Amino acid sequence: MTPTEESEKHVDELALETRDLGKRYRRTWGLRGCDLRLPAGRVAALVGPNGAGKSTLMALAAGLIPATEGRIEVLGRVPDGTGCPRGVSFLGQDKPLYKGFTVAETLRMGRGLNPDWDGEYATRLIEEGAIPLTAKVGTLSGGQRTRVAIALALGRRPRLLLLDEPLADLDPLARDEVMKTLMASVADTGTTVLLSSHILADLEDTCDHLVLVAGGRVALSGDVEDLLAAHHVLIGAGDPPLEGVVESRTTGRQSTVLVRAPGAVAPPGWRRETPTLEELVLSHLRVQAAQRSAA
Amino acid sequence: MIEFRVDRRSGVSTYMQLVHQVKDALRLGLLMPGDRLPTAREVVEATAINPNTVLKAYRELEREGLVEPRPGLGTFVRKSLVHDATAEGPLRAELGAWMARAKAAGLEREDVAALFKAVTDDTY
Repeated sequence: MTPTEESEKHVDELALETRDLGKRYRRTWGLRGCDLRLPAGRVAALVGPNGAGKSTLMALAAGLIPATEGRIEVLGRVPDGTGCPRGVSFLGQDKPLYKGFTVAETLRMGRGLNPDWDGEYATRLIEEGAIPLTAKVGTLSGGQRTRVAIALALGRRPRLLLLDEPLADLDPLARDEVMKTLMASVADTGTTVLLSSHILADLEDTCDHLVLVAGGRVALSGDVEDLLAAHHVLIGAGDPPLEGVVESRTTGRQSTVLVRAPGAVAPPGWRRETPTLEELVLSHLRVQAAQRSAA
Repeated sequence: MIEFRVDRRSGVSTYMQLVHQVKDALRLGLLMPGDRLPTAREVVEATAINPNTVLKAYRELEREGLVEPRPGLGTFVRKSLVHDATAEGPLRAELGAWMARAKAAGLEREDVAALFKAVTDDTY
């Protein structure tokens, strides 16, 4: 490899890359033809309808299940299927913690299980949440339990943190707390985060990268800023524009058209607006759903 | 020190909101040269936004020559935007007197804001 190639590779360093990745469960495919490139240092939202393949993608990246076909590289390595690769932390939906353990015992377990354990950091995250170390995990609130689980995941000092629906079952206050903990850890360590959720509003301010899966495939992915800049909402009456139309809806005389064309210009009499991330995602999801039911 | 507020419904991107809030604080004299801006970690602990957004806002302010990073220490204010007329001074006193008359005349807060905006738009 020449020096230039090496430096280019560094600029474009990927935390997660998949090519034509597929996973079959008996007769149905949980994920198929999945192509994804997640650059290092991003906080990425993994969104999509239930059953779209979000959890399957997470489990493949965490090395918990083997791929049926295609290729996956995590932090530049192919997971060997023997569990979470070094440098990767995975927190599943069920947040596995022993209810009978105290918080301190849970942290001691983290030390025992992880060669790279940073106990000081994990303890600090617990203390910042004002959770007593002597409390039994079973007596904690949902938000506090999530915080302990996150401290356990971050104590491994991961370069890639995979979080499957970490905010589900949390009240708004606990959600806010958990997001603050996560963002503080991103500020501390620059770790790459891939975080799945179906509540997009939770992610608008925190995620700078979007991965949209639908029907087992990646339907849209990229830096949020680039995606928003490449899309426009055109509102007007009469014949809609033709180029780059993602979705067109008509109510009475008014048409609302989402186009994907960076320099799109509104036709005479039309108004051009910037879509929100939520509008953009919902449009793409509706189109994907319509295509699947037509197929 | 400045405390940021993020309005998720404003339609203005988060990083621009941070830039505007620093500039407002510089105009009003709440931030003066030599003051330190909160670190990215301090901001995200308070607002739960992405730290990269904070860094992007600080880079923009640096590009405009308003702040400067000092490695290992933080980001510091370089330049004040206080117009003597903005914070203290006769113009503020005149506006205060005008607003008192508007209130006495029965104008609501929204009426005053709308009028102020209309006149600003006419003038600038």
